[in-house]
Amino acid sequence: MKLYCLSGHPTLPCNVLKFKSTTIMLDCGLDTTSVLNFLPLPLVHSPRLSKLPGWVSKDATVNLEKELKECAGRIFVDSQPEFCLPEKELLDLSTIDVILISNYHCMMALPYITEHTEHTLIEQKDKNGTKTFTLTLPGPLKDAVEVWTWKRCYSMQEVNSALSKVQLVGYSQKVELFGAVQVSPLSSGYSLGSSNWLIQSHHEKVSYVSGSSLLTTHPQPMDQSSLKNSDVLILTGLTQMPMANPDGMLGDFCNNLAMTIRAGGNVLVPCYSSGVIYDLLECLYQFIDNANLGTTPFYFISPVANSSLEFSQIFAEWLCHNKQSKVYLPEPPFPHAELIQTNKLKHYPSIHGDFSSEFRQPCVVFTGHPSLRFGDVVHFMELWGKSSLNTIIFTEPDFCYIDALAPYQPLAMKCVYCPIDTRLNFHQVSKLLKEVQPLHVVCPEQYTQPPPTQSHRADLMLELQPPPVPYRRCSVLNLPFRRRYERVYILPELANSLVPSEIKPGVSVATVSAVLHSKDNKHTLQVILSALVNSHHIVCIQYHVQPPHHGITEVKVEETADGHILHLQAEDTLIQLEEDGTHIVCNNNEPLRTTLRDLVLRFLQKL
Amino acid sequence: MPEINVTPLGAGQDVGRSCILVSIGGKNIMLDCGMHMGYNDDRRFPDFSYITQNGRLTEFLDCVIISHFHLDHCGALPYMSEMVGYDGPIYMTHPTKAICPILLEDFRKITVDKKGETNFFTSQMIKDCMKKVVPLNLHQTVQVDDELEIKAYYAGHVLGAAMVQIKVGLESVVYTVSVNKSVQAAWIDKCRPDILISESTYATTIRDSKRCRERDFLKKVHETIERGGKVLIPVFALGRAQELCILLETFWERMNLKAPIYFSTGLTEKANHYYKLFITWTNQKIRKTFVQRNMFEFKHIKAFDRSYADNPGPMVVFATPGMLHAGQSLQIFKKWAGNEKNMVIMPGYCVQGTIGHKILNGQKKLEMEGRATLDVKLQVEYMSFSAHADAKGIMQLIRMAEPRNMLLVHGEGAKMEFLKGKIEQEFSIDCYMPANGETVTVKTNPSVPVDISLNLLKREMALGGPLPDPKKPRPMHGTLIMKENSLKLVSSEQALKELGLNEHQLRFTCRVQLQDPHSDADTLHRIYTHLKGLLKGYSIQHLPDGTVMVESIVIKVSSSSEDTNTKVLLLSWSYQDEDLGSYLSNLLKKGLPSGLC
Repeated sequence: MKLYCLSGHPTLPCNVLKFKSTTIMLDCGLDTTSVLNFLPLPLVHSPRLSKLPGWVSKDATVNLEKELKECAGRIFVDSQPEFCLPEKELLDLSTIDVILISNYHCMMALPYITEHTEHTLIEQKDKNGTKTFTLTLPGPLKDAVEVWTWKRCYSMQEVNSALSKVQLVGYSQKVELFGAVQVSPLSSGYSLGSSNWLIQSHHEKVSYVSGSSLLTTHPQPMDQSSLKNSDVLILTGLTQMPMANPDGMLGDFCNNLAMTIRAGGNVLVPCYSSGVIYDLLECLYQFIDNANLGTTPFYFISPVANSSLEFSQIFAEWLCHNKQSKVYLPEPPFPHAELIQTNKLKHYPSIHGDFSSEFRQPCVVFTGHPSLRFGDVVHFMELWGKSSLNTIIFTEPDFCYIDALAPYQPLAMKCVYCPIDTRLNFHQVSKLLKEVQPLHVVCPEQYTQPPPTQSHRADLMLELQPPPVPYRRCSVLNLPFRRRYERVYILPELANSLVPSEIKPGVSVATVSAVLHSKDNKHTLQVILSALVNSHHIVCIQYHVQPPHHGITEVKVEETADGHILHLQAEDTLIQLEEDGTHIVCNNNEPLRTTLRDLVLRFLQKL
Repeated sequence: MPEINVTPLGAGQDVGRSCILVSIGGKNIMLDCGMHMGYNDDRRFPDFSYITQNGRLTEFLDCVIISHFHLDHCGALPYMSEMVGYDGPIYMTHPTKAICPILLEDFRKITVDKKGETNFFTSQMIKDCMKKVVPLNLHQTVQVDDELEIKAYYAGHVLGAAMVQIKVGLESVVYTVSVNKSVQAAWIDKCRPDILISESTYATTIRDSKRCRERDFLKKVHETIERGGKVLIPVFALGRAQELCILLETFWERMNLKAPIYFSTGLTEKANHYYKLFITWTNQKIRKTFVQRNMFEFKHIKAFDRSYADNPGPMVVFATPGMLHAGQSLQIFKKWAGNEKNMVIMPGYCVQGTIGHKILNGQKKLEMEGRATLDVKLQVEYMSFSAHADAKGIMQLIRMAEPRNMLLVHGEGAKMEFLKGKIEQEFSIDCYMPANGETVTVKTNPSVPVDISLNLLKREMALGGPLPDPKKPRPMHGTLIMKENSLKLVSSEQALKELGLNEHQLRFTCRVQLQDPHSDADTLHRIYTHLKGLLKGYSIQHLPDGTVMVESIVIKVSSSSEDTNTKVLLLSWSYQDEDLGSYLSNLLKKGLPSGLC
């Protein structure tokens, strides 16, 4: 069993597991942190961005002023943002049988994998072209990883094509892969529909844990017990903010929001269009009236805002118990339905159209993308960045807020960092592992040492016995795992013909001679129909051998060191009897020989 | 030999009060627990005394599974769990869990509050019963205990209806309500159950397309409205009603009609709300438009008040219950029955004994309570919108699931007989249709799962080459070790090792006399050539030490001391090669053919 690690990002994993005869990709996360090296894409022309100076190296030998711009001492690439793809050359991606996705954050590279697998040659060219280029780059750009794999965003058509290949699976549904292994998703408690995966055969069990949460938020709670007794547990997607308590952050978020509004400023919340936003809205639903914010407009701007809010209400089976029971009343599971009904929350596909006429300030705006490089959020940064009355509150943990803000500097706007990451922290995960007791744990190498900024915090790493097997981008691990048994089915006719005999108390044996049929990785044993080959068996002695007496006279018994020799004088036949062997020497008298054979066999046990 | 027993307590050659007991692999499962609309006495509920004469059912049942929320499938549930006594798990899908208690409460109200019956389950009992319910998700494999697992499939009959697969080891049973073949998501994999239990309500009807029926329905409603008549559509609060509402709503919109449409009972709004929240369980057409427009927010359909029934002019009223046996639909029917301009459309099946059943059979004079009679002058139309399985749907299901046996329930005896014949003819499988209380026993013959040592398996696989050759079966030899509950198949060598036993060598050496006037060495060579020509595909070697080896059998030649033409062959083989050794000794006794060089 082998594990190919195609991504080095611990929360945006992409691993390929070879198990029995199957090749399974576990998640295909897209590392989007690369976009922080690019200038934002404004919705309307931004004079400020277009006036930024170009970059020329100090000795003026490299002139890239068209491509690179400088802002507040940092260099940015002036082009469409590009993303860091999973490694595509570690193994032939077209050999992958199935891709298992654990949650919607971990599937962003899917179109690159499903739609571009045949184009390896072209990418090779890009790689060489860009590699030489990176060597001459300044500042933080130089440290950027795997630049040659960066790619522009896929098209809508590619997204639809990739999604058309997706097959939906429910929690605890067992899906057979070629009869060889069975995969099954388990609730991971992190987001709507998020899952961990079990990959198992009759005798082996691999658990894949990705983005799980033990906190009580909206999704169904994490299924922990099914992870028990795994041979290997692959652990990814722990919290990116081990120091930040999500509940405390939620409190900070509400207080800062209220403070800004009371002072007459606007609040900007860069966020994804689903996930934590549901919890933020639920929290605000309770908070708004107490904080006297009943008249403040809340806007949620995203091309999928409406769909996201509507869809969240119709998947009750996937929600926590409290929300499920609401549906039985029947009431919508999320309170944002009421916020929308009472006009406290309004949603728009973009800032164009209705929004521009209905927009009132001061207000709270939820919009994306959290990297601040594209989407409607860029517009609000330009609009509100100059006033210190306004506040931007970061809640998504995926991007460093200082880097995110860099191309907007200098900023007057207040900035609050309340990252809410509900995924497992180190304390929770060690408790979990103690309970489910996997034989081996595999995890990103980042989890085997404290974070670089907190190098003294030994509690911010995984300490296990035996120690976890670390991986990094491009690792190929041989998982410590030996398969010894396989399931085979004995057909009823054959089963009925077997003659078991007790060889020790509680232990019976039966010899099996059968025809093996292997089809779709399922093995069956059937009765041998043709008499093509007869069975031959090893024999082992069970009882003390008595001299035969069946119609044979004149037996001379001779004692030897290891047993006896019987001499059947009339038949000129010798039988040599010893503890570990019997030797019959006779003339070519087949009836006699077979009689003697069967006689001896009566005292022996076939195996 | 293992067997599966199926006993219907209700719905055996009958429609209504579905309740089927299944015993499989030592587990007892109750499928559905319904009531009969046509009876008001004991016969209303299944006869649970079949399970046990006295006491509670808990120890006799491993679980109860409810297929959908219609009362003929869940109406006896609180009676069974709270009054007879059952504390084990009850499985049903989320929508069924949501809607079932509402219908039960409605049913209870009509029976107890309106008809004044006593000895009936109470509201509290419904609540207590629902606490025992475990919700099922589609395709989720639920482990009831270590051995029994169940899995629900989408059935598309009504909101939340499910087919259920019940599995113990390698034995399985699939139970399905009326699968509506027009619902494309009604899908099951080729799971080859030992028994497929299916409803057969419309066993003999092969219905025309849904679209035709819808057009027909709209035409009839429209004509009646045009001539100023009133249309009564008796429905059950949830299910078909919502789809007919959507149909009328869009028709009204398109034709710009003004006549009012009403939906009776306070359930309406609530019911539609359920559909909104469980929209993932509705059909694809409704699901698709969901984000743009929720189909269950109606513009033209308003709540009904009982005083509206006397209003002049045309109107359409959906009223409960669906079989005209009680409640509001019956009250309106009484008011409108005398006018031939009016119409009643029965969109579903009516059980015997109900007024719905009587008027569908053309009865023109109805006896009402208090010796009054009612003349039926209004037009009576029957439109089979209820999504029960018809013959075609059932046949399609059999083709998909490939069951080994078929068992029909929930249908009328004569019609079942027809379908049974058709199934046996087309699929050559046994088809049963037990009456209530009658047990069907099906012998199963499951394979025995065994753990084979990978070494042994790989060795066998390697021998046969990479691809299996069906024409050349590969024999395999091994030893099955049975210890406690484990069955392991290993090579004989490994078995010896694991059991700590020594091998016992059984060897035979056989003297064969042969007349052959050649030197010993030549004789040996002639034997070699002879065998080489006869035994194709065996390894035969002439070794330099003056022996011939056939596989592991050693052949030596020596001359008799008296007569050099008489050779003595010594054949030596171990018991593993017994057959070949025996064959060779017989063969060589016959001498060597003269033509050998």
